[in-house]
Amino acid sequence: MTNYFHSVTLEEDKCRGCTNCIKHCPTEAIRVRNGKATIIKERCIDCGECIRVCPYHAKKAVTDPISELSKYPVKVALPAPSLYGQFGQDISRERILKGLLELGFDWVFEVAKAAEIVSDATRRIIGAGNVKKPVISSACPAVVRLVQVRFPNLINNLLKIESPMEVAARIAKQTITERENIPAEEIGIFFISPCAAKVTSVKAPYEKKESFVNGVLSMKDIHIKLLEKIKSIPWDFDGDLVSSGAYGVGWAGSGGECSALETPRTLAVHGIHNVINIFEEIVEDRLKNVDFVEALSCTEGCLGGPLTVVNPFVASTNLKWQVNRAKERDFSGENTAADYQDLLWTKDMEYKPILKLDDNMMKAMIKMQKLEEINDGLPGLDCGACGSPSCRALAEDIVRGLAFETDCIFKLREKVSDLADHMKAFEHIYRQKTED
Amino acid sequence: MSSIIKKEYDIPANDFSLAGEASSNVRKLLTQLGVYPTVIKRTSIAMYEAELNVVIHGNGGKARVEIFEDKIEILVYDEGPGIEDIELAMKEGYSTAPDFIREMGFGAGMGLSNIKKNSDRFVLESEPNKGTRVYITIYLY
Ligand SMILES: Nc1ncnc2c1ncn2[C@@H]1O[C@H](COP(=O)(O)OP(=O)(O)O)[C@@H](O)[C@H]1O
Ligand code: SF4
Ligand code: SF4
Ligand SMILES: [Mg+2]
Repeated sequence: MTNYFHSVTLEEDKCRGCTNCIKHCPTEAIRVRNGKATIIKERCIDCGECIRVCPYHAKKAVTDPISELSKYPVKVALPAPSLYGQFGQDISRERILKGLLELGFDWVFEVAKAAEIVSDATRRIIGAGNVKKPVISSACPAVVRLVQVRFPNLINNLLKIESPMEVAARIAKQTITERENIPAEEIGIFFISPCAAKVTSVKAPYEKKESFVNGVLSMKDIHIKLLEKIKSIPWDFDGDLVSSGAYGVGWAGSGGECSALETPRTLAVHGIHNVINIFEEIVEDRLKNVDFVEALSCTEGCLGGPLTVVNPFVASTNLKWQVNRAKERDFSGENTAADYQDLLWTKDMEYKPILKLDDNMMKAMIKMQKLEEINDGLPGLDCGACGSPSCRALAEDIVRGLAFETDCIFKLREKVSDLADHMKAFEHIYRQKTED
Repeated sequence: MSSIIKKEYDIPANDFSLAGEASSNVRKLLTQLGVYPTVIKRTSIAMYEAELNVVIHGNGGKARVEIFEDKIEILVYDEGPGIEDIELAMKEGYSTAPDFIREMGFGAGMGLSNIKKNSDRFVLESEPNKGTRVYITIYLY
């Protein structure tokens, strides 16, 4: 995989160059040039905001097709906890998991269970005390990428533990190879994903060399087929498939990871622009008395992921019911991470300074001076007609050599009217000359 | 030598939600210049505290930020009530902030010492009933 694999991509045919997306992107990664949107790869964090706002559905998340399953003799489903919020209150977790088996999987392993293990490791790490506080959750890959490109000072605050998805994949692979004596290459591990960010984190991981996950399926792609299967499963089915308690199930929504820590000094923020605001408070030392920050890119957390089906607020109500039901069972004794060393990241994260104007600081200053000058001459309407997200962003694009002042329609109009004045003056002189 | 980049910001009185706007702007600017993350961090903490003091104690004021080849110079000033005893004000934990402000989580009396700690040069000038001026210098390298 190249350094810049991204799940979020543009379908050019559908794009009308409307500029809706450019203003919503949290890293100013989109420009409209020649009537079509383009994504600046270095800047994109796969948050999926642009997928949500595009009225023509021209932005999409690339996921694996279900046909990938046939490549592996043994197929394992790893449902993200957010899957449980996609069904009404008459559909139990047991039925959802059984439904996955009927879809063609041989095993299901709840990511929610792995989430409980991650929470236990987190409790131990915070308790041990030798970490930079507040510790910031690394469960949402879009947020981790955001830190990497925009908040270098927070890289050391990130919880350097693998995500529940990775932990689940690893346990599933180990358990099946050991118990069934099946070689690892024959086992296909498929994550059922609420978002594009998870796809990217599997295809181009930042925390280690290679992911344990073999494929990522979109929740949207399987939803209808799964529902059909579920409908034919008796309502009181119990096949011993569930393995997670209430905390793990609750991870799907905003605040879930915090509650699993059982400590009051936590903060949960969701929605990428809100996350940015909280991160600014942290870098300026303004956030006091908080040991742990759960930061999720989507509104209502993963329940609001761009590949989910149900409205996030409805999904949140659905999930509450699943959480309450899960309270009847307690698996907490099993889901411990006394030896969490295995779960730590094996690669250091490097700051990727996407915003700097030049590698040489002096040159960057000269460019900044120029940028300010150009910006002062622009109308300040942030209309987006030039294809850059704001007037300032256009000024930045101009000093980077990626755009022209006349991309601004107001500047263009000025130039045209200047030109017209020149022509008039010229015509006047010409007439005088010919009359003489 | 004159500065390469110069910026001015207004700091409104009594609006906590706007305190931090100037420092956050400066942080973006420094990030675009490729300034070291640790230097950016010190600058934004120092500037935020100075800004906050103008909001809470100074009845609003202004900030002037100048960037030179090798340093950042910040002046945060107001024409508010000023400081009677500068030495006392500099003491960690000393604060005249009223209770309701302390209840909001501000006014721990650490601001001025925090500014000093994070800057390479720090000068505080103040005169009762005239106003307060905080000069901060931070080297880029
Ligand atoms: N700009 C200012 N105008 C007037 N008084 C100030 C100003 N800045 C600081 N002070 C005084 O100095 C004291 C200490 O400031 P600081 O260390 O920032 O603590 P805090 O702001 O938490 O009170 C303040 O309580 C106030 O009395
Ligand atoms: S996925 Fe997010 S970061 Fe990437 S282009 Fe879309 S809005 Fe920007
Ligand atoms: S909040 Fe959850 S669904 Fe949304 S991008 Fe992050 S991990 Fe994906
Ligand atoms: Mg203060």
